[in-house]
Amino acid sequence: MDVSDRVLDHLRHVSALPDLTGTRYDLECEIGRGGMGVVYRARDRQLGRVVALKVFDPALAGEAQVIAQIEHPGIVPIYDSGALPDGRAFYAMKLVTGARLDRYVAGTVSLAERLRIVRRIGEAVGFAHRRGVIHRDLKPQNVMVGEFGEVYVMDWGVAAVAGTPGFRAPEACLDSRSDIYAMGALVQFILPQSSPPALRAIAAKAMSAEPSKRYSDAAAMLADIDRFQEGLAVEAWAEPLWHRLERFGSRNAVLLWLLGAYAAVKFAIFFLRNL
Amino acid sequence: MNKILVGLIFGVVLGALDGATAWFYPETRPVLGGIMVGSSIKGMVVGLLSGWFARKVRSIKWGIVAGASLGLLFAYIVAVMDASSGKSHYLEIMAPGFVVGGIVGFLTQHMGNPPVNGRAETRIDVGSL
Repeated sequence: MDVSDRVLDHLRHVSALPDLTGTRYDLECEIGRGGMGVVYRARDRQLGRVVALKVFDPALAGEAQVIAQIEHPGIVPIYDSGALPDGRAFYAMKLVTGARLDRYVAGTVSLAERLRIVRRIGEAVGFAHRRGVIHRDLKPQNVMVGEFGEVYVMDWGVAAVAGTPGFRAPEACLDSRSDIYAMGALVQFILPQSSPPALRAIAAKAMSAEPSKRYSDAAAMLADIDRFQEGLAVEAWAEPLWHRLERFGSRNAVLLWLLGAYAAVKFAIFFLRNL
Repeated sequence: MNKILVGLIFGVVLGALDGATAWFYPETRPVLGGIMVGSSIKGMVVGLLSGWFARKVRSIKWGIVAGASLGLLFAYIVAVMDASSGKSHYLEIMAPGFVVGGIVGFLTQHMGNPPVNGRAETRIDVGSL
């Protein structure tokens, strides 16, 4: 029975593999499954390079075309598209070698590097929003960090996808602010346990239940992260006075030390003269 | 605002404030005005030179060192001039002057616009045309 089950599983697997007859690609292996379809590793015979081949329902081909028109360093470039003999659609894109974000941040990654990745994600998301494309399923599993540190946001614009719990905005009708919610959830996910309260506040603002209370766009959220990195007050957090003083002190430490030295010299001379 | 101007302004202001602290020594109050003027001029010179240095060298550490050194030097000159009147106030003049110079040096490094780089000189050799 076990042998038969294994044989049946193998047959199911083989029968599900796409028939690439008529294309210039040779199938190598399955890489993963996304919201739109299955992704395979394939070899482009014409150019002699390895690509990622996404095979999906032809009903989603229109969305694929929209995504293919977005060119941005944070969005995986699409090389080619077409139809398979079995009617399914495909597009060939750059094969990103690296680590999924959730696995990447599980290692020892500095806060500055985490924020750099958030910035790259935000830039890609903001760029797509300005061209009318919404991601709808932004989450760490849909972000790749390449071997050279490049960041790619994958699996764009699938209307049929319901989103992922924890990253999906509460509203029924998803729009660009839903992506902002997901970005906030993503920031919250990748922040270390001991992250500064200002960053947690930025994530919380992006994840407001009321869409109008979130950041208006990705650029506004990134600007607040910029302010945090520059040691300035962030919009998302009404910081207490002691924290404001602490921040002022750290930004102006050298000057405060010099002024303190001046005061110390003056007091010392004054008291020496009056001894 | 360029760095020389930053040095000039902060040098004059901090120099005047430094001179004003002589008020805490009652014997100097009759000549406080002169002390403040002299201290402002000293601060202006230190500020100008610190600002010029900041245009050449972009380093907080060396800016403070340069400013403090200039402050010490010019404070020494003032102290020598003051000593010629009979009483010496080397410590009272040089120690604060040293620190104020360091502050001016820091401010010229931290503030002001650096010079615009890439002054490419395009020379056309007419003879080759």
